[in-house]
Amino acid sequence: MADFFAMGGYAGFVWPAYIITVIVLIAAIVVSVQAHNSARRSVQRLEEDSGENGESQT
Amino acid sequence: MMAFQALLVRDMRLAFRAGGGASLAAAFFALVSALVPFGVGTDLVLLGRIAGGVLWVSAALAALLSLDRLFQADYEDGSLDVLMLSPLQLEGAAAAKILAHWLTTGLPLVVLSPVLGLLLNLPPPGYFALIGSLIIGTPALSGVGAIGAALTLSIRRGGLILALIVLPLITPALIFGAGAVMDALQGTGRGAFLFLAAFSVAAVALSPFAAAAAVRLNLGG
Amino acid sequence: MITFLANPKRFLDFSNAISPWLAGLAAVLLGTGFYWALFATPPDYQQGQTVKIMFVHVPAAYMGIMIFGVMAAASLMGLVFRHPLADVGAKTAAPLGAAFTALALLTGSLWGRPMWGTYWQWGDARLVSELILLFIYLGYIALWNAIDDPVRAAKAAAILCLVGAADLPIIHFSVDWWNTLHQSASIIRLGGPTIDRSFLIPLFIMMAGYTALFGWLWLIRMQTEIFERRARSLMMAKGA
Repeated sequence: MADFFAMGGYAGFVWPAYIITVIVLIAAIVVSVQAHNSARRSVQRLEEDSGENGESQT
Repeated sequence: MMAFQALLVRDMRLAFRAGGGASLAAAFFALVSALVPFGVGTDLVLLGRIAGGVLWVSAALAALLSLDRLFQADYEDGSLDVLMLSPLQLEGAAAAKILAHWLTTGLPLVVLSPVLGLLLNLPPPGYFALIGSLIIGTPALSGVGAIGAALTLSIRRGGLILALIVLPLITPALIFGAGAVMDALQGTGRGAFLFLAAFSVAAVALSPFAAAAAVRLNLGG
Repeated sequence: MITFLANPKRFLDFSNAISPWLAGLAAVLLGTGFYWALFATPPDYQQGQTVKIMFVHVPAAYMGIMIFGVMAAASLMGLVFRHPLADVGAKTAAPLGAAFTALALLTGSLWGRPMWGTYWQWGDARLVSELILLFIYLGYIALWNAIDDPVRAAKAAAILCLVGAADLPIIHFSVDWWNTLHQSASIIRLGGPTIDRSFLIPLFIMMAGYTALFGWLWLIRMQTEIFERRARSLMMAKGA
């Protein structure tokens, strides 16, 4: 197990590479999904508002 | 043809006026090149080795300086709309402007370069390559720069964005140009001039079309 | 199919149907890929365990370039064929492409450090070309943000993307040529001359996983952009 973490002595390079990768990928997902949710919510809200005012929804 | 000449002469006259950018670019070129020894020290051998590259980088930056007004000035006072209707078409107008920019910014850099080469202790074999590569390469800087100028003409203070988008695109010119000088100094011959010329020809031939398309989108055409 | 999707409503329906599958596919592929790469690959006889970095570097580098190609195709569709959603596609793909390229540079630097002794090696032509690609991405995104009118911004960005795409092979060639100047006889290229067979399958799984992930994120970012535009027009209608 310790051998695995040591990565043949290259642990200081392999692990940061994987950790940075995971961080960037997760950040991309989180940012995209959050923006998506908030944009969808505002459109829904705005469409409900204009629906209540008697304007037609498309 | 007469319209081309007229536009060319007019742009050149404007460039030489105060604030027109011609002398400004030359001064900037000299200044940046002169600053380098303060940054890297007075080792003459080192300076001589890097002179070609330093001068090429300074030249690229100096050529950028006068670019942001290339189309913007005419855009603001409505001259671009007039040019669009002229027999020249925007492509011809762009070509005339690129030529004017090269004559008023690029050529002065070429003329200044051997003097600055002396300042940076460029060894004798390098001068022909320096002047030659700048003559061949600066038209590419004007051409690609014009595309950037047209794309950014509606942006206030667009000069920085212009630099950001143009500099990566002209790296081949920088690589081949400085490489030509390095080859001359080392006695290796790797076809730098040929590749530089190919890049410049392609850039000069194609950039008027891209620049004109960019101008057109800004004119709401 | 592309013209079929030109209608925003149809695009939303299509992407709503497809994106969960893409997300699931990405999860499966990346899960398998990461596991295989970390736990089931042997050390390379030359590079030792650092070869494991290849499994995160190469897919990222590939995505950086592929996404720019996608953007160029979208730019062409928008400029020449006037496809209504093309500029949405190009605009939303760019930050993803920039992120993958930056990731490729970071992982490439870590991969090279044991071999080169430095965190950056100008002698690696591919890495240097990727650095210039990152700057091109940043300039593209900056241009989108700097032009106020979205229609103009879309066209300007499209032109820039096409010019960049045409220039990229030239840039790569010139960087390659530039490297012949430095008489470095050893092959500095990351990964060495050939890749061992046993590495190929996990590598392809990772590349497929990254592609699926991009596909999913791209679709939802395009939806986001469409929603935001709709929200803006609804707000303007309310104001009037």
